[in-house]
Amino acid sequence: MASRKGMEVSIAVSEAVKLANVDVISAYPITPQTHIVEHLSELVADGDLKAAFVPVESEHSALSAAVGAAAVGARAYTATSSQGLALMHEIMFIVSSIRLPLVMTVVNRALSAPINIWNDLSDIMAERDCGWVQLFAINGQEAVDLTLQAFKIAEDPRVLLPVAVNLDGFILSHVIEPVEMPDQETVDSFLPVFKPMVRLDPDHPVTIGAFGSPDVFLEVKKQVEEALIGSQKVVKEVWKDFETIFGRTYKPIESYKTKGAEILLVTMGSITETAMTAVDILREKGQKVGLIHIRLWRPFPFKEFFQAIRGAKALAVVDRALVPGGAGGPVGLEIKSALFDKKERPYVAEFVAGLGGRDLTVEVFAEMMEKAGRYAQTQKEMRYEMIGVREK
Amino acid sequence: MIAEDLKDFKKFTPKTLPQEEPLVFGHRACQGCGEVLALRMVAKAIGSPMTAVSATGCTEIISSPYPQTAWAVPWIHVAFENAAAVASGVEAGLKALMAKGRIPEKKITVVAFAGDGGTADIGLQALSGALERGHDFIYVCLDNEAYMNTGIQRSSSTPFGAMTTTSPAGKLTAGQTTWKKNLPAIMAAHNIPYVATASPAYYLDLMNKAKKAALIKGPAYLHVYSPCPTGWRHSTDLAIEVSRLVVETNIFPLFEVLEGKYIVRKNTKPKPVEDYLKQQRRFSHLTPELIQTIQKRVDVEYEKLLKLEAGSQPTQTKEDAKKE
Repeated sequence: MASRKGMEVSIAVSEAVKLANVDVISAYPITPQTHIVEHLSELVADGDLKAAFVPVESEHSALSAAVGAAAVGARAYTATSSQGLALMHEIMFIVSSIRLPLVMTVVNRALSAPINIWNDLSDIMAERDCGWVQLFAINGQEAVDLTLQAFKIAEDPRVLLPVAVNLDGFILSHVIEPVEMPDQETVDSFLPVFKPMVRLDPDHPVTIGAFGSPDVFLEVKKQVEEALIGSQKVVKEVWKDFETIFGRTYKPIESYKTKGAEILLVTMGSITETAMTAVDILREKGQKVGLIHIRLWRPFPFKEFFQAIRGAKALAVVDRALVPGGAGGPVGLEIKSALFDKKERPYVAEFVAGLGGRDLTVEVFAEMMEKAGRYAQTQKEMRYEMIGVREK
Repeated sequence: MIAEDLKDFKKFTPKTLPQEEPLVFGHRACQGCGEVLALRMVAKAIGSPMTAVSATGCTEIISSPYPQTAWAVPWIHVAFENAAAVASGVEAGLKALMAKGRIPEKKITVVAFAGDGGTADIGLQALSGALERGHDFIYVCLDNEAYMNTGIQRSSSTPFGAMTTTSPAGKLTAGQTTWKKNLPAIMAAHNIPYVATASPAYYLDLMNKAKKAALIKGPAYLHVYSPCPTGWRHSTDLAIEVSRLVVETNIFPLFEVLEGKYIVRKNTKPKPVEDYLKQQRRFSHLTPELIQTIQKRVDVEYEKLLKLEAGSQPTQTKEDAKKE
């Protein structure tokens, strides 16, 4: 029987990994992911989770070991943040292109420099093009649910790609949230034992990670791209199964009070819930505002996005990472390029905010919505605006 | 305990060499490549069932030109510096799956293959970590003494004085200016059950060491001397001769370290290092003074090795062994 209680989100995520019955955990500590790997090591040490806990000597090795485990058909898991994710960068691209499923929790934290342990999305945004399925949680329950779903998505024979589940560092990872932890039996009915399509097996030898000349490289990349795009169908199927079994709904783009809204906030991650409060306040004042948040970032759900913004006159996009020297932030870039050849499209006001853990309050979201509306009226030309910069 | 692991160990003889070929022909190695020769010997000696992990390098490139492969055993290549980390995951994964009854329990030897670059330099961290964690696997360093696959650049395993494309024989400096990193000593310092050096000219010795490594539980490290005619600039038919001379001159002594105890193959009448150096054009710029420097160093290092053997004790005494 499922029970709802207050849990630190990191612990809840570890418990979800336990419920997923992983076989190998490779772990290297980095703030603010540490509580996840610590709790997992306790679960293994107590015999509550029958998995190999491999305390590797760097994040590069953490992901490499997870790849090795996945290659022999084990359900593999790792977690990291910021610099750790950056250190894994080389391997990120390799995992997806050799089509090995595994799940990684990314506890989002700003990339150095300056060294900063607090939350923004620069770490995962720097991995945008690595070919992984990328999901975003906005609260503790979602962190748990997405973790369970991630294994099922990754291991689907039509996908066979690694999945990153993102949750905000400290703001989610270290906070106690109300979480309904499902029981093992229910999870087992949702997530079966991993049946690998291809594995390193002496009885049926295969070569994984071969050398690819110009004659073959293009075709391999096309195949991987098709798998990533095609994974969207599987993601939605998995969410449908999840809803049937657990009763909670998940969509690639989630909408909040978008009916009749002229101005929409576009968010990702835990700031969404604060932003929703701002929407509530402005709505009470009679303003036609709403919010959408991006749950499935890669592959980008273009169809659902266009549907969700229908009728909006202006979008206030909140980016928590910068594309330095470029057009703003990664989400703004994605949205603007998606809208480029639409005959009718809303005005896009792009804001870069909350870098390195700078707090985003209800007032700031209200300010962004107000500005978006005002700029839309004059069709003000803007690339992006950095919010909250202290000039002195 | 090593004694327990090796109780059924029977040496290969020329008549009892394994027939299996885990590495098949058709690979793209250079003519006369000593590395692929050594690799074939090691793979045959270990035998199936095995799972191989390769670092980026000569072996990996020549053996896996998609859609062809020279590997008749399961094989994975991920990146350059992580052979030991990937092998750790393979080993942990197999152990976990067997413990959970998902695959039948049986001995599958996990072997990591890397070059000197992927071991001494960029791969050293991952290897050190894997050894410290005590994974049950064999790590084979195929040492051709430079980054050969990328065009003969120096590594920390390049011998003193050797010419490479990044340690050229120039006006101010003459080849590699540092001494070869002592990898077997570094691995022995991790207190792993088995470390050994091998040369393809002594193929029975090499294959028996690989066989031992496969039987021994825990990490085993094999340092395999691998001549590269292309990079060392010697005639393509000389790989075995060069592999023999390097041992006969004491430049590359053959030894084992079993649970901390050194066992050195004695060579009391070594040939002069000049015999070895003059065969390879990577040393052709060396002055007589430099050759003398090398000779002195080789003599000193060999004496050190003999002292290590004399002074080394196994990590367990006979009494401790009896108590078990």
